Amino acid sequence: MSIDKLIAENQPDSFAFTKESEAQIKVILAKYPKDRKASAVMPLLDLAQRQHENWIPMKAIEEIANRLDMAEIRVLEVASFYTMYNLKPVGKYFLQACTTTPCMLRGSDDMMRCIKDRLNISSGETSECGTFSLLEVECLGACVNAPILQVNDDFYEDLDYQTTGALLDSLEAGTPLPVGSVKGRQGSESEQGATSLTALKSSAQEV
Amino acid sequence: MPKLTVNGIEVEVENGASVLQACEEAGFEIPRFCYHERLSIAGNCRMCLVDMERAPKPIASCAMPAADGMVIDTQSERVKKAREGVMEFLLVNHPLDCPICDQGGECDLQDQAMGYGEDSSRYVENKRAVDEKHMGPLIKTVMTRCIHCTRCVRFATEVAGVPELGAIGRGENMEITTYLEKTLASELSANVIDLCPVGALTSRPYAFVARPWELNKVESIDVMDAQGANIRVDARGGQVMRVMPRLNEQVNEEWISDKARYAIDGLRRQRLDTPYIRDKSGRLQKASWDDALAAVGAALKKAKAKGTAAIIGDQLDGEAIFAMKSLMDKIGSPHRDCRQDGAKLNPKVRASYLFNSTIEGADEADAILIIGSNPRIEAPVMNARIRRNHLMNKVAIAHIGSQADLTYPVKYLGDDIAVLEEIAAGTHAFAKTLAKAKKPMIILGNGALTRKDGAAILGRAKTIADNTKMVTAEWNGFNVLHTAASRVAAMDLGFVPGKDGLDTQGILKGANDGTIKLVWLLGADEVDMSALEKAFVIYQGHHGDKGAGVADIILPGAAYTEKDGTFVNFEGRVQRGARAAFPPGEAKDDWAIIRAVSAVINKTLPFDNAADCHAAMVEAVPHLGALDEIAPAKWAKFGTSTKLLAEPVGAGLDQFYMTCPISRASETMADCLRASKADANLMAAE
Repeated sequence: MSIDKLIAENQPDSFAFTKESEAQIKVILAKYPKDRKASAVMPLLDLAQRQHENWIPMKAIEEIANRLDMAEIRVLEVASFYTMYNLKPVGKYFLQACTTTPCMLRGSDDMMRCIKDRLNISSGETSECGTFSLLEVECLGACVNAPILQVNDDFYEDLDYQTTGALLDSLEAGTPLPVGSVKGRQGSESEQGATSLTALKSSAQEV
Repeated sequence: MPKLTVNGIEVEVENGASVLQACEEAGFEIPRFCYHERLSIAGNCRMCLVDMERAPKPIASCAMPAADGMVIDTQSERVKKAREGVMEFLLVNHPLDCPICDQGGECDLQDQAMGYGEDSSRYVENKRAVDEKHMGPLIKTVMTRCIHCTRCVRFATEVAGVPELGAIGRGENMEITTYLEKTLASELSANVIDLCPVGALTSRPYAFVARPWELNKVESIDVMDAQGANIRVDARGGQVMRVMPRLNEQVNEEWISDKARYAIDGLRRQRLDTPYIRDKSGRLQKASWDDALAAVGAALKKAKAKGTAAIIGDQLDGEAIFAMKSLMDKIGSPHRDCRQDGAKLNPKVRASYLFNSTIEGADEADAILIIGSNPRIEAPVMNARIRRNHLMNKVAIAHIGSQADLTYPVKYLGDDIAVLEEIAAGTHAFAKTLAKAKKPMIILGNGALTRKDGAAILGRAKTIADNTKMVTAEWNGFNVLHTAASRVAAMDLGFVPGKDGLDTQGILKGANDGTIKLVWLLGADEVDMSALEKAFVIYQGHHGDKGAGVADIILPGAAYTEKDGTFVNFEGRVQRGARAAFPPGEAKDDWAIIRAVSAVINKTLPFDNAADCHAAMVEAVPHLGALDEIAPAKWAKFGTSTKLLAEPVGAGLDQFYMTCPISRASETMADCLRASKADANLMAAE
């Protein structure tokens, strides 16, 4: 993908961190030695993305490069490497669907089919209403509860065709389902509840 | 120092050496794409896999430090299979367009595919296609061929000091690009073409021009700056097709500047290929050599010795300078100068006009003061060395002159030369830095030396050098950075005003008021030609540039690629250039023209061929015979202590690309200048 396909066509003319972001930047920069402040590039990109409708304009990349004494291309390299950074505008709900092997085996194809049926979008596209964007990503690291759909910062797990539909409905209605397994299981516990160490349950709850 | 065994051969290598280097030491070549001796280690091509005893898998030898007792096998069946696997992966997306690829015949991938490639591909899928990137007028990109070794990225960041190249995206979508596709703003940019192991980055001016096996390769010396970079001139059928760098650790390592590489298309344009004589109507008419020489003879006779003067140019070989000096001696004229820019150099003390620390010595300097110079455009390869010294040793560098981005941070001391007084007196903070340093350096450029108070600046610089103990038995930190390739040779040969002789300014003034009747410009194009309108001007050179415009007689000479000649770089290193092509048309070697003139005026010079001329020159100045050596220069008194003028000090050159008759005739250099100006305007607009 050449650079103009990678970034948004309509770029804002300027970018400035908000007051809240500035406060956080101070905290972030304090974590690294002065001559290693380039280490802060990822959290700063994240901050920029969060305050800018979930995508990073080029002006923000230049601003971050400037702050961290990095070359602009170095920041762009990082921003374009990770799928978590969006260089183009995305919908209100940014769906990241895991289709790596465990999720695929557990039915991520059904999940994807549901999204396609409901919203008529494929990976990298935004729905006509502009509310949903979809991106197929590699392993999200929650294989035990596969398949996974990440909605903005939240994981929805154990999805199938029906529950994906219900999730999309709830998002559209503005009353998202509770985060986590849609089957209601605790963490990565068995669906039938705990099968071992049941005696410890009470003490575990106390902790 | 670790000792290890490679294929049964025991080798001992330096601490910190890699397994790959150890294998080379033992005499086994390791295939590689991403590894390069002068760049940081990336370890991403995986071509250099070798077997190590007790390691479960083959290891990347470039990234593995050699350790004591390692047992390495580079020839096992597993190594061969692993490399074949890597090669197969590299070729998954590499197009099979070798017949239309300019890298063909000198391509690392092509060569190594001969050793590790399969005879046919197992893949039937489409190969990926990548858009071309814009990298300026010198670098042509065919990014589909890229194998992502990142050598170009590392070169731009580490050596050239312009971190504008990068790899965006990931995995199969990874692409090498500049930020928003700007021109790569470096004077060394074209070196990425040599570094690219495939045909992704190739030379734009040389695109589809020649194949490497058609070219006649001649080892020569570059004259575009005074560093004397070692080059290889590739010619075909009497035409110079391209210039490539040659390895010389002590001079240019393996880099050359873009001007050295690409000004050569200027050698084909605006050439003087026949003698000309200006007729009564003021038009230059073609003439035969006989007529031209006779006219020169008559003019010399008319002007008499006292009315004759000679100024020589910046790109001449020692032999031409020597011949000219011998002729002026025979005629008896003291009016001659090699400093057409008017630099106030002292010809009596050799150490006062040399880069005494030597180019290699600059690696060891621990404090550097740059005065009136912009090494980035005056000697880009030298500048890369200073930058490396800064990166590795955090050497303190201060700069006096017009402010510029030198690719490394400097302590900018302004453009007021008065600060030299403070440093000389030791009251300035940087004077203390210099005094504390073990190997301090001062670099004096033409921006300072060509001023009216150049001699006084030279004197202050000497005072600073003495006060900060810059000159010891094993170190001399006093350096002059010339911009003219012929300058040191001319100073060594003594092409400076004789007794009661006039220097460049004097000659120009004399020509204007009539005391100087005849001025012989030997390749000199940088003087103020308007001052020469009244005088009779003989221009001897290779290009129809400024000098030819005012000439009354034009004698066509040979350019640097067209003659065997001795060149002395700014550190005083004597090097030989060789002829790669013949001069066009009637043009002749410069020494031969001067010899012919001497015969016409019955003052025949005592050499009949190039070898005799060289021998006579060496007899006159013996150290010019010692090739690749730097004759020691004695530290003595020089410079004056007169008052410094209160005017801002600039740099020797104000732009990089078009600075001499050859580069001014070059379309490629004109394109580069345009591109750099356009980018500068763009930046200013933002």
